[in-house]
Amino acid sequence: MTAVSMTVNGKSVSADVEPRTLLVEYLRENQRLTGTHVGCDTSQCGACVVHVDGVAVKSCTVLAVQAEGASVVTIEGLAKDGKLHPVQEAFREHHGLQCGFCTPGMIMTAVDMIRRHPEGLDEATIRAELEGNICRCTGYHNIVRAIEAASAAMGAKEAAA
Amino acid sequence: MTATGIGASPRRKEDFRFITGKGNYTDDINRAGQTFACFVRSPHAHATIGRIDAAAALAMPGVVAVLTGQDMADDGIGGLICGWMVHSKDGSPMKAGPHPALAQGKVRYCGDCVAVVIAESYAQAKDAAEAVAVDYHPLAAVVDAKAALGPDAPLVHDEIAHNMVFDWELGNYKETVDAFTAAAKVVSLDIVNNRLIPNAMEPRAAIGDYDSGTGIHTLYTTSQNPHVARLVLSAFIGIAPEHKLRVIAPDVGGGFGSKIFIYAEETVCVWAARRVGRPVKWTGERSESFLSDAHGRDHHTHAALALDAGGRITGLRVKTIANLGAYLSTFASSVPTYLYATLLSGQYDIPAIYAEVQGVYTHTAPVDAYRGAGRPEATFVVERIVEEAARQLGEDPAEFRRRNFIRSFPHQTPVIMAYDIGDYEASLDKAMQLIDYDGFPGRRRASEAAGKRRGIGLSTYIEACGIAPSAAVGSLGAGVGLWESAEVRVNPTGSVEVLTGSHSHGQGHETTFAQLVSERLGVPLENVEIVHGDTDKVQFGMGTYGSRSGAVGMSAIAKALDKVEAKAKKIAAHLMEAAPGDIEFKDGRFTVAGTDKSLTFPEVSLAAYVGHKFPTSEIEPGLKESAFYDPLNFTFPAGCHICEVEIDPDTGVVRIERFVAVDDFGVIINPMIVEGQVHGGIAQGIGQALLEHGIYSEDGQLLTGSFMDYTMPRAGDLPSFQLGLTTTRCPSNPLGMKGCGEAGAIAAPPAVINAITDALQIRDFAMPATPERVWRAANAVALAAE
Ligand code: FES
Ligand code: FES
Repeated sequence: MTAVSMTVNGKSVSADVEPRTLLVEYLRENQRLTGTHVGCDTSQCGACVVHVDGVAVKSCTVLAVQAEGASVVTIEGLAKDGKLHPVQEAFREHHGLQCGFCTPGMIMTAVDMIRRHPEGLDEATIRAELEGNICRCTGYHNIVRAIEAASAAMGAKEAAA
Repeated sequence: MTATGIGASPRRKEDFRFITGKGNYTDDINRAGQTFACFVRSPHAHATIGRIDAAAALAMPGVVAVLTGQDMADDGIGGLICGWMVHSKDGSPMKAGPHPALAQGKVRYCGDCVAVVIAESYAQAKDAAEAVAVDYHPLAAVVDAKAALGPDAPLVHDEIAHNMVFDWELGNYKETVDAFTAAAKVVSLDIVNNRLIPNAMEPRAAIGDYDSGTGIHTLYTTSQNPHVARLVLSAFIGIAPEHKLRVIAPDVGGGFGSKIFIYAEETVCVWAARRVGRPVKWTGERSESFLSDAHGRDHHTHAALALDAGGRITGLRVKTIANLGAYLSTFASSVPTYLYATLLSGQYDIPAIYAEVQGVYTHTAPVDAYRGAGRPEATFVVERIVEEAARQLGEDPAEFRRRNFIRSFPHQTPVIMAYDIGDYEASLDKAMQLIDYDGFPGRRRASEAAGKRRGIGLSTYIEACGIAPSAAVGSLGAGVGLWESAEVRVNPTGSVEVLTGSHSHGQGHETTFAQLVSERLGVPLENVEIVHGDTDKVQFGMGTYGSRSGAVGMSAIAKALDKVEAKAKKIAAHLMEAAPGDIEFKDGRFTVAGTDKSLTFPEVSLAAYVGHKFPTSEIEPGLKESAFYDPLNFTFPAGCHICEVEIDPDTGVVRIERFVAVDDFGVIINPMIVEGQVHGGIAQGIGQALLEHGIYSEDGQLLTGSFMDYTMPRAGDLPSFQLGLTTTRCPSNPLGMKGCGEAGAIAAPPAVINAITDALQIRDFAMPATPERVWRAANAVALAAE
């Protein structure tokens, strides 16, 4: 067993884990944060995306011990003070989800995508950037709409600030 | 129309929990004291099993038990079943080999479950599964259905000759032969419908739990139809009596058919929980989903179309070999027969149709319903051969279709179905207009000037949805009736709970079903709760598949709502001292006709539970009604999808430039949700046409066993879609709905392939049209010259 400490959604947590424990297993099983999902075993689907120190990572591809000392944000930590993140709002408004299984990973990926593209996002860029996230339900059409809208809304807010 | 009633698009009630990570999927559930299961799976496609030595595994840390097929047999647990009886031409019943949940003596496909290891943690179970020593004696395997029929093919089940499960027929044979004899022209085509692997994003999972005090078993599972699972597990497999088995299907992350079936792993978990006296949890890894979820399609077909001198279709003859895999999955036999050949008339007036289907065992994963289930295979045959006929006649494919459309309803086809209503020309016209069909030659010239090839392809599809009615499906061999149930419970405060036998795994029932209630009772959407997926809460139901939840499930709710309204009117009449016939109910208010006396729905609801307000000798207290609804007919959604592609002959990459879908789904409750269903279906259809292919090596190893080898459609592979609607109200159910869940998966593949063959000016192209294969086709002349 190895001790590991990190911040998860703003809270300091520590635990003893088997060294082979994946970050996603740690989040789901030790922290009981089941919003982060596992959709594959080959780092392809993106259902497991969380933010580690502000950057989107596939938590099925990182060991918990590699996140030692890091700040991790999961889908559960995205809404602030009971207010949904604009990307969460946009997914609901534009029907960017059906079964909801890919959704946490999609939203975390989209937040990161919008952060990396302050200039705004067009459809082709969004589709290319979604390479690492698979959705079987929506055909992506409304996910693209949601991310376009969120990007525009967040850009507009920044411009106003 | 109100902002939340029928025809409006309120945002989904279920979304809040999903976008905040608060969904409750099976793997999110943990039971106190639970253990974890890992299955030992066969690495061989075909082998006999000698000794299974679990000693080393049992000695490993955390291991609780290692169980085998012998243990299941010792406990009197039966095998998995196929619930649809199909008879061969000679009248003999289909031949089904045994299907033990854990193999007994033999394994028949790669991934077949041989044993289960149960341990304190999943990691320990997985480590120990590696240590179970199974003595396999590998045998020759056959994976191709045509080859499996051959005289020397290895047998999947020793007692079933030629691996032939059934040799089935449908249609009017003599008329068809006559039509071909008299034909002015005959067009024929060999068609392969590629094997697909469903890949709902949530892998299958199960938790078995057993309460030794009450003898009650609980199974949490990723199911589209928990009640059917309970019935099969109790009545046929013998896990527990029905009243001692509770099946809960919580949030389910997509199904597309693959979660209809009763599988080995779920069965083992609930049995093993009793056996080890602790909850047993299993969550499939994606690799296991690839190996063991029921696959879809995998047909080889020869089709021929007879035409008269005027270019009218006079006959269709189809011979199909359907790969059913190593065992018959729950509904496997119905898919290539009654769900397939009954749709071979398409949208066309074809007086004579004759279909023969041979269902064949192979050493591959079982094949069963996958989005569309039989109907995509039928539509692919019809729309490919119709296209080919138009091309051979040198005619515009749209005009050829138009000439042959069915124009009067009801229309009895030669293959059982009686289409109740439709307007095929309307959807064709609208789709042609949306895609700017007339502008296509100009766009093609522009592409050619840039060194590219451009093609356009139509698909005018029909499907039979609302799987039901019981009498019809029963006469075709279904082991269950296919009605639906609903219960509407009005609380004293006027809020409403609806218990439905349908199940939602992405379709948005919590919203659309609530919209119906909101519209009918005038209660706000947020005061309606939809309850589904738990056999302890909902009395019985048939679940969700075949685009049936609207047309059948919601009709049951509508029927229960009628009863609620009738009773509430009686109570309101007493309260307002009027005759029940004088009470009008509108927008949530009961009014005595012609007066200003009125009561709100919550006022009457409360009174219903305050018994002294009316004579309980005449009217029972309370306000709760239930209904079972069995429809009159299937429903027949139809429409026209058109695909326009551009192909780069240097790379073989096919780009979908435009995709237009015009559908007639009858009455629509929530257009936003319906559009989402169409988008998802089209994506799966395009996936089949361009990317997806489940491939086995000759010796039965699954070569496409992960997302690295099996190409799922990703955002960059797809365009945005352009949708349109036409509407004919369905006369066969009270709401006029038809169903929308499968249209895209049915219509898209032939539209794409018709576009590709048009672009390359070739007769046929087998799916999937991957860049390498398209490049070879595009450069065939140059390649041949080399
Ligand atoms: S679970 Fe991490 S990429 Fe699929
Ligand atoms: S919403 Fe179901 S997988 Fe994306």
